[in-house]
Amino acid sequence: MVNLDIVLPSVLNGLTTGALYALVALGLTLIYGVLHIINFAHGALLMVGLYGVYGLNAFAGVDPYVALLIVPPAMFAIGYALQRGIIGKASHGRDENILLVTLGLSIVIENLALYFFRSDTRIVDTPYSFSTVEVLGAFLPLTKVIAFAGALLTAALMWLIMTRTDLGRAIRALAKERKGAALVGIDTDHIFAMSFGLGIACLGIAACLLMPSYYVSPQVGHGFVLIAFTIVVLGGMGSFTGALIGGLIIGVVEALGGLFLGESLGQIGIFLIFILVLIFRPTGLLGHRV
Amino acid sequence: MRPLVVLAVTFALIGLAPFAIASDYWLNLVIMTLYAALLGQAWNILGGYGGQFSFGHAAFFGTGAYAVAVLQVELGLNPWLGLAAGGLLAAGVGAFVGFCTFRYGLRGSYFALVTLAFAEVLRILSNSVWFTGAGVGILIPLERGAASFQFVDKAGFFWVIWGMALAAFATAWWIGHSRFGAQLMAVRDNEDAARALGVDAFRVKMAAITLSGFFSGLAGVFYAQYFLYLDPYIAYGPAISVESLLVPIIGGMGTIFGPLLGAAALQAVAELTKEVVGEAPGISLAVYGTLLVVMVLFMPRGLAGLGARIAGLGPRARRRRAARLEARNA
Amino acid sequence: MTRQANKGGLDRRAFLAAGGAALGAGITGFPAVLRAQTESVKIGLIHPVSGFIAFSGNQCREGALMAIADINARGGIQSLGGAQLEAVLGDSQGKPEVGAAEVAKMAEAGIHGIVAGYASSISLATSQEAAKTNTPHVVDVGVSDEITKRGLENTFRFSPGYGKIAEFAVANLDTINKNAGSPAKTAMIIHEESLFGTGTANLLNAQLPQIGIEVVDTIKHANPTRDFTNIVLQIKSNAPDLIIPANYYNEYVLLARTMRQQQVSAKGIYSVLGGAASNYQFVAEFPEAADMIMDCNHWFDPNSEVALQRKKAAEDKGLYYTYEVFLAYNAVAFLADAIERAGSLDKAAVNAALAESTWDDHGMPYGPTKIENGQNQGAQPVNTQVLDGVIEVIYPDQFASAEAVFPMTR
Repeated sequence: MVNLDIVLPSVLNGLTTGALYALVALGLTLIYGVLHIINFAHGALLMVGLYGVYGLNAFAGVDPYVALLIVPPAMFAIGYALQRGIIGKASHGRDENILLVTLGLSIVIENLALYFFRSDTRIVDTPYSFSTVEVLGAFLPLTKVIAFAGALLTAALMWLIMTRTDLGRAIRALAKERKGAALVGIDTDHIFAMSFGLGIACLGIAACLLMPSYYVSPQVGHGFVLIAFTIVVLGGMGSFTGALIGGLIIGVVEALGGLFLGESLGQIGIFLIFILVLIFRPTGLLGHRV
Repeated sequence: MRPLVVLAVTFALIGLAPFAIASDYWLNLVIMTLYAALLGQAWNILGGYGGQFSFGHAAFFGTGAYAVAVLQVELGLNPWLGLAAGGLLAAGVGAFVGFCTFRYGLRGSYFALVTLAFAEVLRILSNSVWFTGAGVGILIPLERGAASFQFVDKAGFFWVIWGMALAAFATAWWIGHSRFGAQLMAVRDNEDAARALGVDAFRVKMAAITLSGFFSGLAGVFYAQYFLYLDPYIAYGPAISVESLLVPIIGGMGTIFGPLLGAAALQAVAELTKEVVGEAPGISLAVYGTLLVVMVLFMPRGLAGLGARIAGLGPRARRRRAARLEARNA
Repeated sequence: MTRQANKGGLDRRAFLAAGGAALGAGITGFPAVLRAQTESVKIGLIHPVSGFIAFSGNQCREGALMAIADINARGGIQSLGGAQLEAVLGDSQGKPEVGAAEVAKMAEAGIHGIVAGYASSISLATSQEAAKTNTPHVVDVGVSDEITKRGLENTFRFSPGYGKIAEFAVANLDTINKNAGSPAKTAMIIHEESLFGTGTANLLNAQLPQIGIEVVDTIKHANPTRDFTNIVLQIKSNAPDLIIPANYYNEYVLLARTMRQQQVSAKGIYSVLGGAASNYQFVAEFPEAADMIMDCNHWFDPNSEVALQRKKAAEDKGLYYTYEVFLAYNAVAFLADAIERAGSLDKAAVNAALAESTWDDHGMPYGPTKIENGQNQGAQPVNTQVLDGVIEVIYPDQFASAEAVFPMTR
């Protein structure tokens, strides 16, 4: 049934889709993988970013890629404020509380979006929406090729921040040894909020790169959050390279699964790979024992 | 023994509902509260007492629901037999998931996400195989009557869910007062230490997830017979997994009454926000979410924790605490 | 818009007070209070206005509220001394169990009729619950044929089910194809994985071969499908004469965009339920991608004054005039007409009036209603096509506003 000529284009396209997943997962691997904050609001915050990009475009004519200068910093501020003002305070040091608070937040954010923006599907129309790039005989959407490059750059940037800056060192110290970090004078509340803000800023980048090829509606985040969690664990918690590779793998598995098992049943491949990797390599592909 | 008395009295009082409540609407609220409490207690057995957080209880719920529906529609099996089959099959899925994960030592977030992946796998499968009706879903033919597990009035359904919930709560009590329960809680508190003391952690966790799956499956059977229609999203979708963990966490994990308190609180909050806030789309759910956050802010240990804290302010509790402190210092 | 909804709705404070009173008084006589103090006709509107299908739910609600406002402006129910209709709003959140609970609540608050569902799964649950109190229940959209096959005496559907739609879609496709000299020999079906897409695809797969069109592949996809490039690659590699999509709006947008991006050419795109050629939003936002697309879907009679007036009224309110709006509108009006003829709020009388309905003021291409087993036998979809940025009806002939252009020429 399957024409073998389309396997290569399909895999290449899967890689670009996977890069978009990786972008969403990069922020999560910082928040969840490093700080062990189970952020159920990740999808809802992605939706906020997407509405930001949409709003800038619809009301101020800002191109989604120019919005990269505005949306990620704004998302950083939102993330910082949420962690400092609500999530950190409500956690009382218990994981299940964080889970509940972020779940509650996601319900609030989604339904406020429903109230203010209504439930219409909104899209951004750009001159390059239908452009394609030829790669090895496959016509890949230009917007997704850009997203692919964006994912690589963002992963590299995050890696640099984590390894080369004082902030990164503080975050890693906090992740390893919470009490010790506090003892040596690290303002843990501040660093937690900074990390959360950074993770959400990644979502802002993801939103800018995703919007030209996608749409936004109040529930849009749900489609990405499960995949993102899968990628984070698959790649190894807290590993940015792992998240990138994990995203690409999931993209390709999804493409091939869709091709050979059908688009609906093919989704099963993602979860089977995930289960198998965890059973045989519980630390993920590039993770260390956490 | 005291919790057992409280348990008996609580369920006896709840059992008055069909006699005291003539309104179908209010009786339905009680039924849905017991149903949520059952889902929550099933999760609590594994998550609260065993410390194994599952994000995928829909895997068990959906299996129970589909079992009773499919056996009835495809093989003509009486749903009362389907009830047993649903519970057992769900327990089987629980055992299978447990075997795949505990055997390889998966814990914490890894365990949570693997359970979620199992639920998704089942959702996708149920969307593809013919006997579940795939995406079209499965409709149990309408045939009102106790023999077909489709009671004419709500009281019949009430007694079924009351019995199921009672069984789950009695099991939770037994866990709190048995050797098995002590071992399970030891594993939760410190698995390595428990192992060192000779606890077979794998076996204990397997027992917990099987029990948990069984009760979740019962909730699924109940859902199927109460609403008579299932599709993959209803049965295996993430909403059930979230509700399963929300209820006991709000109520108080690892406590026998936590799931009941949580179910009642969530039901009350949901109804109240609907009534007070009005019909603008989204607003009542936004308020519901806000209340959820506020509840966590002020009750970090759930409603049961709050209850204990209030009880802890009494003179008797203060004396007990003082005595404990002295004993430790001595 | 919300403010208006509140005005039309049952006074929530009264509702709550009644609920509280019932609790206090040993929970017995809850609805009596309300029934005594009002003479209006209470219509319950239960739609998924939050959750995944909130867009459609809100469109339904708006349509239903417009009907109530129109009927009240015309003087309400004449046979009941001009009694006004009063909307009681409920949100099913997209969940059958929540929808059923809303029905139980409304039934006790003395509701006189219910218009509900949107989704088939929710309609099944709400009608079943309403049947316990024999409350008249009109399904507005829910296309599953099971809805009217359960022998419930209170359950009616004014619009067609997917059995009828698929049969009609195939018959008309055959006509269109033969008129053009049968250029279409192969087809590919792209459908969403839940009830309406899968059910429709199953029926099409069974019926298309009978008109000489081979289904070369059927692709079922998830909701949401995040990327359609792979599906479009498969379409390109199969190169079918016809592409037949049946999916929800979000996925349809992505599919159509991707087909344009990958420059898929086919002799025709023929959607069944939910496509560009019956969606003003899509045509407005993607005029080029929508061009020449054909569709078999719920639609109004373009020659009917009534229909055009309602369309204008809806657009004046800033709504896209989607099928949800006019189907929910008509579901309410259909119910109101039955109450008018029954001349009473007795549930059995209203159900009987619904069953004998010959209502024809609906602006739909249905003819006077004729109910059998709760289903309006005259209900049928139409074929539309986007021609020069306008949605035209191309079939059946008596409702057509333009000639079909097939094979498409772009």
